[in-house]
Amino acid sequence: MTDVVAMKGRSLWIDAWNRLKANRAAIISAIYLCFIVLLTIIGPNLTGHEFTTQYPSYVRVPPSIEPYPKADKLDQEIKEIITRAHLTLKEWKQEGGRFLVTVTSTKPIDDRVTRYLDRSDSFKDGKVESKSTDGMEMTLSASVQHLYFFFGTDISGRDLLTRTLMAGRVSLLVGLLAGMVAVTIGVLYGSVSGFLGGKTDEFMMRIVDILYALPFTFFVIMLVVFFGRNFMLMFLAIGAVLWLDMARIVRGQTLSLKRQEYVQAAEAMGVNSWGILMRHIIPNMLGPIIIYVTLLVPQVIILESFLSYLGLGVQEPMSSWGVQISQGSRNMEGASYLLIIPALFLTSTLFALNFIGDGLRDALDPKDR
Amino acid sequence: MKPVLELKNVKVSFDTLDGNVAAVKGANIIVRAGETIAIVGESGSGKSQLMMGAMGLLAANGKAEGKALFGDQNLIGMSKVQLNSIRGSKITMIFQEPMTSLDPLYTIGNQLIEPIKRHSHLDHTAARMRALEMLEFVKIKEPERRLRSYPHEMSGGQRQRVMIAMALANNPELLIADEPTTALDVTVQAEILELMASLQKKMGMAMIFITHDLGIVKRIANRVYVMRKGEVVEEGDTKTVFAKPKHEYTKALLDAEPSGRKSPTSPKAPIVLSGSNVRVTFNIGGGFLGSPVIQLKAVDGVSLVLKQGQTIGIVGESGSGKSTLARALLRLLPSQGAINFEGQSITGLDKTQMRPLRKQAQIVFQDPFGSLSPRMTVGQIITEGLIVHEPAMTKAARDLRAIQALEEVQIDPALRNRYPHEFSGGQRQRIAIARAIILKPKLIVLDEPTSALDRQVQKQIVDLLRDLQKANDLSYLFISHDLAVVRAMADYVIVMKDGAMVEQGSVDDIMDHPREQYTRNLMAAAFSN
Repeated sequence: MTDVVAMKGRSLWIDAWNRLKANRAAIISAIYLCFIVLLTIIGPNLTGHEFTTQYPSYVRVPPSIEPYPKADKLDQEIKEIITRAHLTLKEWKQEGGRFLVTVTSTKPIDDRVTRYLDRSDSFKDGKVESKSTDGMEMTLSASVQHLYFFFGTDISGRDLLTRTLMAGRVSLLVGLLAGMVAVTIGVLYGSVSGFLGGKTDEFMMRIVDILYALPFTFFVIMLVVFFGRNFMLMFLAIGAVLWLDMARIVRGQTLSLKRQEYVQAAEAMGVNSWGILMRHIIPNMLGPIIIYVTLLVPQVIILESFLSYLGLGVQEPMSSWGVQISQGSRNMEGASYLLIIPALFLTSTLFALNFIGDGLRDALDPKDR
Repeated sequence: MKPVLELKNVKVSFDTLDGNVAAVKGANIIVRAGETIAIVGESGSGKSQLMMGAMGLLAANGKAEGKALFGDQNLIGMSKVQLNSIRGSKITMIFQEPMTSLDPLYTIGNQLIEPIKRHSHLDHTAARMRALEMLEFVKIKEPERRLRSYPHEMSGGQRQRVMIAMALANNPELLIADEPTTALDVTVQAEILELMASLQKKMGMAMIFITHDLGIVKRIANRVYVMRKGEVVEEGDTKTVFAKPKHEYTKALLDAEPSGRKSPTSPKAPIVLSGSNVRVTFNIGGGFLGSPVIQLKAVDGVSLVLKQGQTIGIVGESGSGKSTLARALLRLLPSQGAINFEGQSITGLDKTQMRPLRKQAQIVFQDPFGSLSPRMTVGQIITEGLIVHEPAMTKAARDLRAIQALEEVQIDPALRNRYPHEFSGGQRQRIAIARAIILKPKLIVLDEPTSALDRQVQKQIVDLLRDLQKANDLSYLFISHDLAVVRAMADYVIVMKDGAMVEQGSVDDIMDHPREQYTRNLMAAAFSN
């Protein structure tokens, strides 16, 4: 009798997972979100550009799958370089992948003139091929530097692809961390308030009401004034505002769970408050909390975008999708891709998160459908 | 007589994640004009889904096949518009929950008059006259005033009367009643049944009664269909079926009345629990900037003495304070009056001081669905008390105790890693009992432990509780509104009404010679069949 092999049960979590798997929109969204997260983590290292590198020759170039510089632009580019070096261009030609320029001057030409070529974003590896005896004519050679800007470049000549992925990193990080801050504070505050009930509950919820009454932007501006602009401040500001919703939701859940008969049964059994909270109330509350988190993260991302749009958020050279959209909107005419690309990333990610949230709600609370 | 509704080989199935689940596997039922038929079966037998399927009221993932002939129209597969011209006028339904079937935002008048206008094409004044007439018809007092009241101002019985009035307002040919009295107090149940029977005679409509209660069938139905697992296993004249049941299942159902009696305890047994002049008052209202506090006396000066091995039955309608009394005696609620447990006064003890005593006194609740935490396995649920009271015990030892407890309540211990939702109602109640007895308590409060269960399962639980009592010398406080169960369980009975004790005595005294009219009403409702 001592050895009765126990059969495995099917927990509600497994049921919920099966229901979620049947929800195609949620699963596709989850895959897409994983893809975006991976892309923002490893993508910036693969594009071949630093997110801070500026290419003065390629300011606001449109997206293209062909490499820069384009052949038709080379003539103009070389003329500009030669003018900058106070030389006269005699002729230029391409030969076996190298680029040969013959220049003349009224004075002898210094060898260091190759620097002008190297300094340009289109050429590298500048060398002196030959020099006339009087030093007034010189043939220089350089190889063309092929650069890819799949998403084009921004107004400072930085690669938009790298910057968008970096910005995504920041946006998702803010979303996740500020979301966590809000959830942690909210769950603790709400469950304690709901569980203790009575006067304590009353007092704690009035504090929440008072905080609700503070205008959000004003609150953030105050924080910025006192503590200066700071990345961590963003988490704090957003987390400090959004936990209020969480606290209210959790309190309500706790109040209703507290009246469940299984909680009463545990009380009758002499289980202490901590045991009831940890074993009965919080596990049964996880469903709504998870749902709320997936809906909270997009909210945080939007708030961050809003703050950044106002100039209170992330600072250069760092960027976030909100910052990029704000900059893009100023270049809407002429370089609309600067607005459209980050906006596409932001909205698709938000869509995915919302679909996942909806899917989770259906999976965890089938009765609510 | 010509049939009003004829169901031919009706099948109902649901698309779920576990595949297609057949709820009704081909049922044939005929209702003729002016007759009352009953469909009986335990929960899950498909009796409600059969009618829902025929009426096009299934949940979104449900599907009905077969023929439901109303006259020469087949209701199954009919469009919603066509169905709506029949539902609510020619065929009407009453559901179980009078609390939720009425919209809380509209007055009774609004809800009654609207469908009359719609289906009978009367103007507002005429429809109002008809509504008044209907309320008088279902014997609602002051119908003029009631037309202007909201559902929350009425009792459950009154609301069910309004539902009946709504259902009958358009002179239907067929009334389908799905467990119309199950959610009501026993005494109200009897009145509603009487009303429905008399209305049926007056209006001459056909009636389908869906119920699990054989007492109701016997009282009201001409013919009966017995359903089990989606199939009709027996049908026939009510008298014949009751007198000579053919199918095994029908026999089991008829035999499911709780029977037997508890063996008496010795008068010298020690006292386990005593309470004298226990009072519980609730403060309603008040709070931060709130209105003045109103005091509600939920229990008003009740005294009792419970001896070892004894069962005291506490009976009364809902709201009579019987559950509140039991919770107060276990000090789960603040109360006044002296309470002694095991010779120790527990009157002023706080939570921490009560904790060691909690092991000795357990409680089993009415709702086996609500009383087990859905996120824990059965093993975790029943061993939780051990973690609290015997923290030194190893996990293996706890598991062993869990196996013993499950065996005692006749549940296969191999199932202990499953979750509550994988068990039936009766099994869950057994699990709740296992959780109570694993601590080897002296006293168990049983708060309507059998009320949410089917009759057959009820009987098994009653037998189990009696056996456990005998084996472990337990004392029970048995709370119930069902005197048939109390008779089978208790030595002593306390009858409560509005928080006060109105009658008490040994179970035979109360059952055989009830002094109060209130007790007699309870008796009449419980032993009608």
